[in-house]
This record gives sequence, C-alpha cells and structure tokens, in this order.
Amino acid sequence: MADIATPPRHLSTFQLQLRRFAGNHLAMASVVVLALIVALCFLGPHAFPFTGEDADFDYISAPIDFTSPHLFGTDDFGRDLLVRVMEGGQVSLTIGFLGALTAGVIGVVYGAVAGYLGGRADRLMMAGVEVLYGFPYVILVILLGLLFGGGTVALFAAIVFTLWLTPAVIVRAQAQSLARREFVEAARAGGMTRAQILLEHIVPNCISVVIVYGSLLVPEVILSESFLSFLGIGIKEPQASWGNLIQAGTSAMDTDLRLLLLPGGLLAAVLFCLNFIADGLRDAFDPNER
Amino acid sequence: MLRFVARRLWGGGLTLAALVTLTFFIMRLAPGGPFSRNRKVSPEVLENIKRAFHLDEPIWQQYARWVWGLLHLDLGPSTRFRDYSVGDLIASGLPYSLTIGFWAIVVAGLVGVALGIAGALRRNGATDYAAGIVGVIGIAIPIFVLGPLAQVLFALKLNWLPVGGIAAGWRSLILPILILALPNIAYISRLTRSSMIEVMRENYVRTARAKGIGPRRVLTGHILTGALLPVIAYLGPATAAIITGSILIETVFAVPGVGRHFVDAALNRDYPLVMGITILYGGLVILFNIATDLLRGWIDPRVRSHG
Repeated sequence: MADIATPPRHLSTFQLQLRRFAGNHLAMASVVVLALIVALCFLGPHAFPFTGEDADFDYISAPIDFTSPHLFGTDDFGRDLLVRVMEGGQVSLTIGFLGALTAGVIGVVYGAVAGYLGGRADRLMMAGVEVLYGFPYVILVILLGLLFGGGTVALFAAIVFTLWLTPAVIVRAQAQSLARREFVEAARAGGMTRAQILLEHIVPNCISVVIVYGSLLVPEVILSESFLSFLGIGIKEPQASWGNLIQAGTSAMDTDLRLLLLPGGLLAAVLFCLNFIADGLRDAFDPNER
Repeated sequence: MLRFVARRLWGGGLTLAALVTLTFFIMRLAPGGPFSRNRKVSPEVLENIKRAFHLDEPIWQQYARWVWGLLHLDLGPSTRFRDYSVGDLIASGLPYSLTIGFWAIVVAGLVGVALGIAGALRRNGATDYAAGIVGVIGIAIPIFVLGPLAQVLFALKLNWLPVGGIAAGWRSLILPILILALPNIAYISRLTRSSMIEVMRENYVRTARAKGIGPRRVLTGHILTGALLPVIAYLGPATAAIITGSILIETVFAVPGVGRHFVDAALNRDYPLVMGITILYGGLVILFNIATDLLRGWIDPRVRSHG
C-alpha cells in the first residue's frame, strides 16, 4: 500500500489504476477463478474421448462416479454431464464477452459521435435511444430472438441490440464535456478533421468510463443468454448452454440434483467473479464513486 | 410542474407507440406463423382459418385493423386458445402476476431499505456483512437457479410449502414472492447504504447535529429524506426488473400468470396475445417510469429543472 501512496514519477494514470486494482484481493482472486473456469471450459473437453452430443448407451443417467469414464455422470440420453457443461460454458462465455465487447463498441461510437457533434444530430440520436430505453428489455430480447430465428447468432444479435444503450448514454455525457475542453479546441484550431478528433481525442478519453461499465455488461449478457435459453427461446438442444442445461436440470431436480447444481453452480461462480471484478475496476478507475 | 408532466406523458406515449409498431412488425417478420405447427390441414381450410383471423390481408391493413381495435380496447382473439380473447387471457393471468409483483416490490422495498440503513449506521458490523452477503447472492445467483433450489429445500425436503401451482392459495405464492424479491432486496440495500453514507457526510446533516437535534430525528428528518431519493428513482427500473423476473418465476413455479402466457404466446406465434401482453408490460413500465419521475420532481426541485 505504501508505494501507492507515494507513486514513483514515471507511472501513468493507467498504470496507477492497474496497481490499485491489483491491490484488491477479492477482485484479483475473482480474476484467477474466472481464468480457471474459462480454461476448464475451453480446454477441458479435449481431455475426453467423446463430445457432449455423443450418447453412451451403457451409462444412461449414470450418477457421479470418478472411476467411470463419466466423472459427473450422464443425463438421461447418456451424454456426459461434465463435458456438456464445459461445452455449454464455451457458448455462454463467448456470447458474454463478445456480446459485451460489441455492445460496448457500438455504444462508444454512437455516444461519442452524438456527444461531440451536439446540436440537432445529438438530439435526434438521443431521442432514438430514449425511445428504445423505454422498452421493457425482456420483451425486446424475446421478440428479437424470435425474429432472428433462434440459434447462437440470433441470440447474440438480440442481446447486443438491447444492451448498447447504456454505454451510449454514458459515453455521450463524457464526450459532451470533452468537446468543450481546451485540448479539443486546440486540435480543431490545429486543423484536425472532426473524424480525427473523434478517434484520437474523444474516444480514448472515454475508455476508462467504458471499462468500468463494460465489466458490468459481461455478467448482464451472460445472464440474458442463460435466461433466454432457460425459457427455450435461446440456444436449443442438442447444443448445450448453461441456460438450457439448468432448464434440463430443473425438470429432474426431484430425483437428481446434480444436473441442476453443476451448470447452475458454474454460472453463479462466473457471475460472482464478474461482479467482484466490476466492483474492483470501479474502485480502481473511479475512486470518487465509492 | 405542469409542463414537466406534459412532457413526460408525451414522451411516454411516443415510446409506447414505437413499441407497439416495432412489436407488430417484428412478430410478422419472424419466421413461422401461428398455424405452422398445427397438424396438416388442407390448403382451403388453412385459407379459411387465415381469413377468419384477417391474416390474408396486406400487412399494413392488419396493422391498421389492430390499432383501430386497440383504440376501442379490443385486443382481438387469441390464435391459439380457441374461444378466448386476448383480453380474457390477460384478465385470467393478471391477478396472479399482480399479486406476486406487488408483494415482491413491497418486501424488496422494506427489507432492502432496512438492511441498507442498518449497514450504513454500523459500517462493517455484523448486519452490514450479512446484508453484503445477501446482496452478493441476490445479484449473482440467477432466480432460475435459486427458485428450483428453494423448491427442493422448502417443498420437497422440508415439506413446508407447495412446490408450485396455485392450488394451495396464498401459501403457494410465498416462495415465488420471496425469490422474486431477493435480487431487488440486494439492489435496494446496496443503493440505500451507499446513498446514506454519502448523505451522512453532507453539511446540512452536520448542521442539524450541531443544532442539538437528537440522532433519531436527524435520521428520520434529515438523512433519510435525502438518502431515499435514489431509491425512489429505482422504482421505475424495479418495475421492469419485476416483470422480467416474473416471467421466469411463473415458469419455474408453474403459476398461470401473464408472464407464462407471454413466453408460450411468443413460442407459438400467437400474434394477438403477444401484442396484448407487450402493450400491458410496456404501458406498465412506461407508466411507472413517468410516476417515478413525477415523484422525484415533486420531492426534489433539481430534477424538475433538469429533466
């Protein structure tokens, strides 16, 4: 802690913020756990000779048995639960991170353009956002999921379409205040075009706000994905995702809780980690918020 | 104030109109139709069914017909449940959804604010930690995991409460209400705690203390009035969160409410029912957002001049 109180001269703000984040034990532990879960989901399936869609008729509804080939048993089609959960995790995590990234980028660009241009363009662009904002989010996601016809890409599009709004609003406020600052004025006087100013001055200065907010977006996207798959609107059998695995687990919960606990537990663990990381990022990048 | 109200109502109406239009066209553009899953019928019969529901008309004419019906409070017939109009179906599900939603908001508000106050008054005390743990659980464990676990524990193992359905009257609504309230308890207690801590540092609170006002009066008369503003502002988003949650809760606990109808209708392309429930939900969310804004504007003059 002492080196944070008296920082050496050469540390940039960003390095300082990273240091402050690294000093947060809960957040750092969450990063480690999250990395382990990601590694498990993406590398784990390679350790098994079968995939999550292969049915093994010798082991139907097998219980947990670490000596059998199916460590956590199988479902009622004889498919290996652990492998299915790991494959489902790949889908959920990929949609979560890519979705948050895409929604974040769209939001940043839209918000930065609106905030920097100001005037009528800004009013028009934000009126559109305001209308979409008034929509009940679930309804929109469910309807868009239907429109795109189900499947991974459809789900991704539906979620991104509904989640870019908040980053856009946040970035717009930031861009609006930046547009009046002296260095932007100086850049304009120096002959930079609007596009150059946007890309080189406005957007980079919005990044730290976006990192803090974007980290909250990831759990939100993962939750939306599993929520839709749980309801049967998102990712459908035989492809696995945490949402539809949990759904399958709830229908068998009176006899066998393991089908619910494994995917549900991993989903909860990921959401725990992401929330702690988001808290840590907010404390590190935006200490006044606390 | 009057201009403020008028502007909010106008904005809300605009949003609702956009929502209705968008929903209508998304539904029609989505692949599959209300009768594509039925067993095979001859083309003539299908033509007749389509004609009966006016699905053979050009899409803009269907849209105009639907809006005209809406203006007369007629949401049309359901394409899936024969002999039921959308109005009937919503009327049959709404009492359950409203009961669950209303009590979930009440429980979340009371428990959340109480936990938040207790946490802020004794920071890092036992209650604060307990509230923190409840908060993290409520935010990180999705209700479609928590719900089934509660069913296993309280219904199947302990046999205290029914697993689901509505046969047991109010007792069957206890679990749905509590599970639905939990994420909002988490959110409201965090919000209350952080805004209490902020307000307690304000100059006017110090002045009140310096004047010799008792700690209890300072809490109720000075701190809480300021600290609850963000909580009131959350009322609008909370409505949306409760609606989202109730869709899941009604699925998990097999409650025949509006949320369950909505999912079924969307999956079955029951156009009129989806439209009807969208109007209901959209209207509710927009109405509560406006009510929240008005309430804030009434309490806090700063909101009026800015909004």
